[in-house]
Amino acid sequence: MALWGVAVLLGAAILGTLLQRAGIATRLVYGLCLAVCLAILGIAAWHLLLAAGPQSAQLPIGLPWTGAHFRLDALSAFFLVLTSLGSAAASLFAIGYGAHEPSPGRVLPFYPVFLAGMTLVVLAADAFSFLLSWELMSLASWALVVAHHHEADNTRAGYIYILMASFGTLTLLLAFGLLAGPDGGYTFEAMRRADPAIPGLVLILALIGAGSKAGLAPLHVWLPLAHPAAPSHVSALMSGVMTKVAIYGFVRVAFELVGEPSWWWSMIILVVGSVSAVLGVLSALMQRDLKRLLAFSTIENVGIVFIGLGLALAFKAYGMAAAAALALTGALLHAFNHSLFKSLLFLGSGAVLTATGERDIEKLGGLIKRMPLTAFLMLGGCLAISALPPLNGFVSEWLTFQAILLSPQLPQWGLKLLAPAAGAMLALAAALSAACFVRAYGIAFLGRPRTPEVARAAETDRFSLAAMAACLALCVIAGILPGLLIDALAPVALVLTGARMPVQTTVSWLSVVPVAESRSSYNGLLVLLFITVSTLLTIEAVHRYASRAVRRGPAWDCGFPDANPATQYTADSFAQPIRRVFGEVVFQAREQVEMPPPGAAQPARLAVTLRDLVWELLYAPINAGLALATDKLNHLQFLTIRKYLSLTFAALIGLLLVVAIWR
Amino acid sequence: MSAHSFDIAHMLAGGLVLVSFLLLYQDRMFALLNVFALHAVVLSASVAWQAYVQDAQHLYVPAAIALVLKAIVIPVALRRVVIRLGIHRTIENVAGIGPTMLAGMGLVGLSMVVMLKATSPSVDPLAREDLALALSVILLGLLMMVSRRNAVSQIVGFMSLENGLILAATGAKGMPLVVEISIAFSVLVAFIVIGVFLFRIRERFDTVDLQALDEFRGERR
Amino acid sequence: MALIVGLFLQGVQMLLVLAVAPLLLGFTRTVKARMLRRRGPPVIQPYRDLLKLIRKEAVIADNASWLFRASPYMIFAATWVAAALVPTFATDLPFGWVGDLIVITALIGSARFFLALAGMDIGTSFGGIGSSREMLFASLAEPAMIMIVFTVALIAGSTQLSFIAEFLPDNAGLRVSLGMALVALIIVAVAENARIPVDNPATHLELTMVHEAMVLEYSGRHLAMIELAAAVKLLLYVSLIACIFLPWGLAPAGSGVLAYATGIAAYVGKLLAGGFMLVLIETSIAKMRVFRVPQLLGAALMLGLLGTLLLFVSRSF
Repeated sequence: MALWGVAVLLGAAILGTLLQRAGIATRLVYGLCLAVCLAILGIAAWHLLLAAGPQSAQLPIGLPWTGAHFRLDALSAFFLVLTSLGSAAASLFAIGYGAHEPSPGRVLPFYPVFLAGMTLVVLAADAFSFLLSWELMSLASWALVVAHHHEADNTRAGYIYILMASFGTLTLLLAFGLLAGPDGGYTFEAMRRADPAIPGLVLILALIGAGSKAGLAPLHVWLPLAHPAAPSHVSALMSGVMTKVAIYGFVRVAFELVGEPSWWWSMIILVVGSVSAVLGVLSALMQRDLKRLLAFSTIENVGIVFIGLGLALAFKAYGMAAAAALALTGALLHAFNHSLFKSLLFLGSGAVLTATGERDIEKLGGLIKRMPLTAFLMLGGCLAISALPPLNGFVSEWLTFQAILLSPQLPQWGLKLLAPAAGAMLALAAALSAACFVRAYGIAFLGRPRTPEVARAAETDRFSLAAMAACLALCVIAGILPGLLIDALAPVALVLTGARMPVQTTVSWLSVVPVAESRSSYNGLLVLLFITVSTLLTIEAVHRYASRAVRRGPAWDCGFPDANPATQYTADSFAQPIRRVFGEVVFQAREQVEMPPPGAAQPARLAVTLRDLVWELLYAPINAGLALATDKLNHLQFLTIRKYLSLTFAALIGLLLVVAIWR
Repeated sequence: MSAHSFDIAHMLAGGLVLVSFLLLYQDRMFALLNVFALHAVVLSASVAWQAYVQDAQHLYVPAAIALVLKAIVIPVALRRVVIRLGIHRTIENVAGIGPTMLAGMGLVGLSMVVMLKATSPSVDPLAREDLALALSVILLGLLMMVSRRNAVSQIVGFMSLENGLILAATGAKGMPLVVEISIAFSVLVAFIVIGVFLFRIRERFDTVDLQALDEFRGERR
Repeated sequence: MALIVGLFLQGVQMLLVLAVAPLLLGFTRTVKARMLRRRGPPVIQPYRDLLKLIRKEAVIADNASWLFRASPYMIFAATWVAAALVPTFATDLPFGWVGDLIVITALIGSARFFLALAGMDIGTSFGGIGSSREMLFASLAEPAMIMIVFTVALIAGSTQLSFIAEFLPDNAGLRVSLGMALVALIIVAVAENARIPVDNPATHLELTMVHEAMVLEYSGRHLAMIELAAAVKLLLYVSLIACIFLPWGLAPAGSGVLAYATGIAAYVGKLLAGGFMLVLIETSIAKMRVFRVPQLLGAALMLGLLGTLLLFVSRSF
């Protein structure tokens, strides 16, 4: 039935193409997308909460001998809920935001196709339809990334994006080929029954393919270029939803299609996840562009999800099903939470961009007074992403920590040493992300405006605000009633790991219990209640016993307040201590000060150099090697006719030789 | 032996690893010498405890030797050497304290894995872990020698390595006294030799910084 | 009936925490002064300071936002709730299962988040310096705390503090990893509470302030709330050390009034001992340069990681 929704989406795309110029086109197309996403959300949530059995459909399109299979089971339903929530929020936002789009004809036709592609990936039940939908998703998002093609950065971003996306699809194609085996069973059903020839290679290929789309280091280089280049609602979709679709692909292959896992797979995933987490957040701390900062933060959160997935695979490989269910639930819950708060943050950055025209936080400031509602909603988003109770980011990190505490039972030595290291990296990433978002929010929204345009900013329209408020409300609900989500994830965990977490809705006071009630528990609702009661008691005591007088005056600043807003802390100066401590190793950060001699009139200069070591050590050599090879091969373009004929002749002789020797 | 006594032995061995990390962390000369004295005190406490628990009276002598010689005599003598030579009081690391500590963590993990794989599981697990901790102390001493630029800190690293060897030897039962006296004398001799060397080097080149010496020898790029 | 008794005990705990925190602060200041051969203020001076502050008018900068006025309440509420979750004189607080050690760490983290934002609200350079340094220290102190939590949880089998406090006195004994966790926790406690050698709570010089820089613009009742929150945070860390590493004297579940009274007396004794130790540390070490503090905190992180690693390798460490 969800497939009908996809058909409507594709119809909306056609509508968008035809009606480009009409003023009502934007609202119509986005409104239609919103309606369809809400419908798909309803269908998927119904399926998940009722824990219904899988439903299949087969369409006679595509390859003549396989057709296209689609299936809605527990895992698909969960990810469908995730994607449709994110898509609905982005569509609602875009009803208001799309009015500011300078070239709607480059965005409107591709947006519904993008949504349709993501929905089809989650529903696909055979390799062909999966890869077709994956490519559809990539191409539609590429078109959206290069929508504003007048800026040079965007074309470069689009180019790198399409390269990495094609590379990812190639590896996934190889992975599915290995899974299908010599018999050619392309449906997922056949892959589940068969045992693949080299399961390790399948996993590595799937990790590379899905991981590059999700943003795992070292395949993440396209993400901070492409996500900021797209329009803001598309950035929200790419960061919040498309990366989760990639995670869905990986989970489907690694937990279901590939059979019994080996222990060393989880070591690779743990290492890659931990490195992504810390590298992502450290890079985010060095950024001035708000959207690029958020893109790097996505890399960090994807790393955290993969740490959870790696632990789940390790537990599954040793038959510890309950622990595997805990780790998997934590990872999937983090994916869900991240899609909510990252969408909120990207939508907020879109609102800021429309209001001020700036993405550079060093030009912003004081927006909390000009755009109070946006500032409040963004504060909620920053609190959620920093994993602070009682919001939802904390719950998934808490579950992952509890899973790490169960891992001493793993018998393998490498895992025994790697799990606490991954835990330390996770804790470090969480603390650094709090620092990152204090910086982002503090510089952009607090303080005094740093440019005159920002001082004149105005609040955004009500559709955008409604979308952001919906995301924040969901974050709060997911934070105080996480038991419902965990119980909704139980059928997924049951299918993928063979066990489930204890039933949460029967626990007293709606606490969350990871293993057994006597060991550990967490109650988000009561924490919120406690904080509220304490705040109210404090307010009451203050109003009764303290003086209520307030006087406004100039800032104190130890007696020398400077009226120039340029004397405030900048984003670079906020990150300087962290850059000195961590950046010297990770980015080879060097500071150079040129001081003119006393009496000279020119200003002193401070130069900070950061190097992207992943680009320099991995991509630049590949780039150079390719350039060298193509230079050499270029000579083939300019041969004489005689040389071409002799090449053909040599190929023919070679093939005949092969036949002669082999026979 | 009750579990309680093994707890204390473990505690002292772990304390020695902790003090080895403290040695890695120091970057001032006198603080380094004080921490090395603490290292020797913990070692002598550990050896004395082993003497009490194994009921081996002859092990009290190595404990006393470690206490007198390594905790008092050698640090005081080194302190005087440092003052007399006017050696630079700040110790420079090759890599920085953070990466050095991380490398130390890796070495501890490595020695855990090696020891617990190389010894058979039928042996008392606590004894295997004590041995693993002693190996960690040895490796951390080596790391200290490798990651410092100052000759005095390399001497201290060498002596902490000695301490690790003694810890390993007393952890197993039945080490003769002869071995200990020879070790003690060899340490003393090594110290005298190194001390003489230091004087000569300082007089000739005005510095004991190995980096500067390498440059002089033409070995540094 | 048991629920009512439980709620009463929880209320007693919350009030006790609030009432004793300034006393601990005053005791620390007086002992430090005596150690430095001064007379020092009377022990109840912090109470007088707080009373003076709440009666004063609050002066707020022209461009302060609602976040500036709301932050002291958030900071105070989060710190108070975190301190209420630590077992001080009894182990069976009815809401002890609401939050475990990780939740306490995260609540302190949210208090710090709001404090850092408040420092940046007015748009002065002092607030920025305080916030940026505080986030640097937090980025190392929080992982160190989590590693300590792991070490303790792996020994006790749970992250729940009431469970840990009941388990450790009989079953743990002297263990290497607990020793490492203790050293690491002391370092983290000193860093998080802005004591020497990390920050000087007594001065307002730019070179030496982190916490004071963030609250520079606050006055009147807002400053009183933040000061009380800082005192409660110090009490929280000392109580944490007392609860995990000196868990004797805690009244178990279902005891009588005598056991609770003994528990409170034992708790006050542990607090005074903790304050004395803090004074010893503060008077024997000088304040570190700002960029030496990450090395200290990194050492604490390494110690916590080492303790966890040893416990992963073998249960008997």
